[in-house]
Amino acid sequence: MATVSQGSLAVAMFEEPAAFKPWHVKLRETARKQPIGVAGALIVILMILMAAFAGFVTPYDPVANSYEYMLVPPDGNFIFGTDMLGRDVYSRIVYGARTALFVGFASAAVGGFLGLILGVSSAYFGGLFDLIFQRVMDVFMAFPLVIMALAVVSILGTGTENVILAIIVPFVPRCARVVRSSALQIREIPYIDAAKACGFGHARIILRHMAPNVMAPFLIMVTAFVGQAILTEASLSYLGLGVQEPTPAWGLMLQGGAEEFAESAPWVAVFPGLAITLAVFGFNLFGDALRDVLDPRLRSSQ
Amino acid sequence: MSAMKTSFTRLALAAGLGAAVAAGGVVAASAEEPKMGGVLRIVVGSKIPSYDGHRESTFGMIHPIRPFYSLLIRINPENPQSTTDFICDLCEGDIPAPTNEGKTYTFKIRQGVKFHDGTPLTAHDIVATYNKIVFPPEGVLSSRVSFFAAIEKVSAPDDFTVQFDLKHASPGFIPLIATPFNFVYAKKDLEREDGMSWHQKNINGTGAFTFVEHQPGAFVKGKRYEGYHHEGKPYLDGYVAISAPKMSVRLQAIRGGRADIEFRAFPPKSRDDLVKALGDGITVQESAWNCTFGYAANQNRPLFQDKRVRQALTLGLDRWGASKYLSKIAIVKTVGGLAFPSDPVATDEETLKTYYGYWPDVEKSRAKARELLKAAGAEGASFKIWNRAVDQPYKVVGTWMLDQWRQIGLNVEQEVLPSGPWYAGLRDPNGFDVAIAPSCQSVVNPIVDAGAWLSQDRAKNNRGYYTDRQLDEWYDAMNRESDPAKQKEIYRKFEKRVLHDEAHFGQILWWHKINPHRSFVKGWKIAPSHYLNQSLDQVWLDLPDEERKQRTMDELGG
Repeated sequence: MATVSQGSLAVAMFEEPAAFKPWHVKLRETARKQPIGVAGALIVILMILMAAFAGFVTPYDPVANSYEYMLVPPDGNFIFGTDMLGRDVYSRIVYGARTALFVGFASAAVGGFLGLILGVSSAYFGGLFDLIFQRVMDVFMAFPLVIMALAVVSILGTGTENVILAIIVPFVPRCARVVRSSALQIREIPYIDAAKACGFGHARIILRHMAPNVMAPFLIMVTAFVGQAILTEASLSYLGLGVQEPTPAWGLMLQGGAEEFAESAPWVAVFPGLAITLAVFGFNLFGDALRDVLDPRLRSSQ
Repeated sequence: MSAMKTSFTRLALAAGLGAAVAAGGVVAASAEEPKMGGVLRIVVGSKIPSYDGHRESTFGMIHPIRPFYSLLIRINPENPQSTTDFICDLCEGDIPAPTNEGKTYTFKIRQGVKFHDGTPLTAHDIVATYNKIVFPPEGVLSSRVSFFAAIEKVSAPDDFTVQFDLKHASPGFIPLIATPFNFVYAKKDLEREDGMSWHQKNINGTGAFTFVEHQPGAFVKGKRYEGYHHEGKPYLDGYVAISAPKMSVRLQAIRGGRADIEFRAFPPKSRDDLVKALGDGITVQESAWNCTFGYAANQNRPLFQDKRVRQALTLGLDRWGASKYLSKIAIVKTVGGLAFPSDPVATDEETLKTYYGYWPDVEKSRAKARELLKAAGAEGASFKIWNRAVDQPYKVVGTWMLDQWRQIGLNVEQEVLPSGPWYAGLRDPNGFDVAIAPSCQSVVNPIVDAGAWLSQDRAKNNRGYYTDRQLDEWYDAMNRESDPAKQKEIYRKFEKRVLHDEAHFGQILWWHKINPHRSFVKGWKIAPSHYLNQSLDQVWLDLPDEERKQRTMDELGG
């Protein structure tokens, strides 16, 4: 028994390290384990590439009006047709990806970061600070995301920067609440007490010792936020409270002319609608897959 | 193919029918016997800021509220296309001719008229009303006060006579009195403690309908006033004005049978969609529209104090191209100067083509614009257009303007706001850079309407915030001039200075009014303004008896 034991130990100790796997093999394995997540990631990557190289992949200026080509249906020259001012719908959708990603990432990053700091701080300090802070968060979270964004934009006015701010405001409490729940567990781990005993400052403990340990839920949250931010931006623009003409933006493309011409020129509404759906779908799939990978409970159950 | 042919045939037939209605009102329907009863369902594309006609300037108030009120005189509802056919409403007999060398107008007031609360109407009510409009107390907003500058005094020699004394003879006086915003209020209401603001939230008129209910943001309801002073009218039991700010909602409401008519206008594409979908069920009325679509550069901004920059802005716009193409998607059409294009005082096309921004060669025009911008040191200048969140024609034409100005190297953005903040910004001398400044008048009266381009201390709606005493002088001169030829001559100088020499205002296109409505709506004739002919007392529904009764039951409960 003992020999066997020793032998097993010996085998384990001298076992060959895991073979190096090339990236395409890893990718294939990941695709096999998380096919939906990879599909989502591909959509996101495609969108990022489109936004980055918009100038190279579009045949026309997205804001230039062209009298002669008003409401042209999809054909060889205009693959998604043109809108009522003769602008190429495909070019506007590609450039619209820039607007969507800029608003999406900026809102999610800033909103998420503020939520992270506030959530961890709330958990770390606890007591009266946590109590008051969480009640304030409750007030903010009582309003649905779009309603809160509408309220903010009504106060600040329209425009890309204000839309980003309007989306950040409702994101912060949502992120802070999720991060706080994870941070509460971290706070009870002895190394936090050890850090305090070493005389580290609050900021150092929060930023260097607690925040990195809540990254898994934070990243999942931020990924989901990007999709939500894109949808919220599109909603605000559709309502005329977001990005303004002539900036190419998907929600804006659905508004006004698209409503008016939805029947006689459906391409004006269909393609921006598809772009919004696909982008949000992509980010949500990617976020779900990320959660499956990063959440240890879900990982062990697989 | 045959289906396509059929729909084109129906489209052509309906368009032809509409043209016939607009052209002469000679459709057989006008000879039909009106049917009593039923409720008219109207969709209105804007909200009601207040009920006070003297204060407001929007169709959002006129369409739902005008039927509760009467005017002293009004345009002839049977001949609304005429710019000179006025008839008495609360006065009686013919429209009076002036006496005292054109300086006195005396109206005999109809007897037996009662306000909806039972108060008898007398000349003193008319006097109190016009005193509020023409001589508003400090702090009381009377939106068209500058137009009435010629009036010296309004008085009542007896209970049923009203006399207007003018400072000088004014050929534009009668059209002014027919302005549909001049609701006649009861003197006793105006003499309340809050009398000057009471009508903002309360209604008491002598119109064809009495107020039933207003659910803000939803609808206004009115029912027939049995004591209405025009015998036998109104024909309807009532009406409901449904608030629907989105154009697509209004369109679908008419298409789906939830509404019968919209009195402002639909764009050409919507007209075609309705005709295609409903065929004979839709009648289209079209008319030139007494609304200009233009812009004003705020001269409180240093950039626009240089007239070369203002001239460059107007040169940068391809009006003739816009007329051809934008008219397919928006409710704008006619290239024109300051005066309503079909009015005798309007500038002919050849003269117009000599003004900046009206040159037929757009490339030459843009080259000149770039040259002027360079000379003014304003190449690549940046500014924002202050636009209104109304699709037609504001946002469509605003977006077109951005593209036009981009082509002369300007860096332009737009800020689109709901009506309230947009108006508030317009009234703020420092609230904007360049504002979309529509000038929508009711009765066609270009000589008086030119008051919109007077110096800022005289014209409350001067959105350029400039002072130009030469314009003030010419305006006064043409309003006192009784010889039409001389008047036109002064008007020409006035217009050239506004549009070309000083480029205080950028006129773009005149609007084009298209009203497709359910064919069973009879008795309403399109006017050259969406403010006019909205008393609804002549409107009736050519529906079966049961259907009219059912509508009354549904909307008014019996």
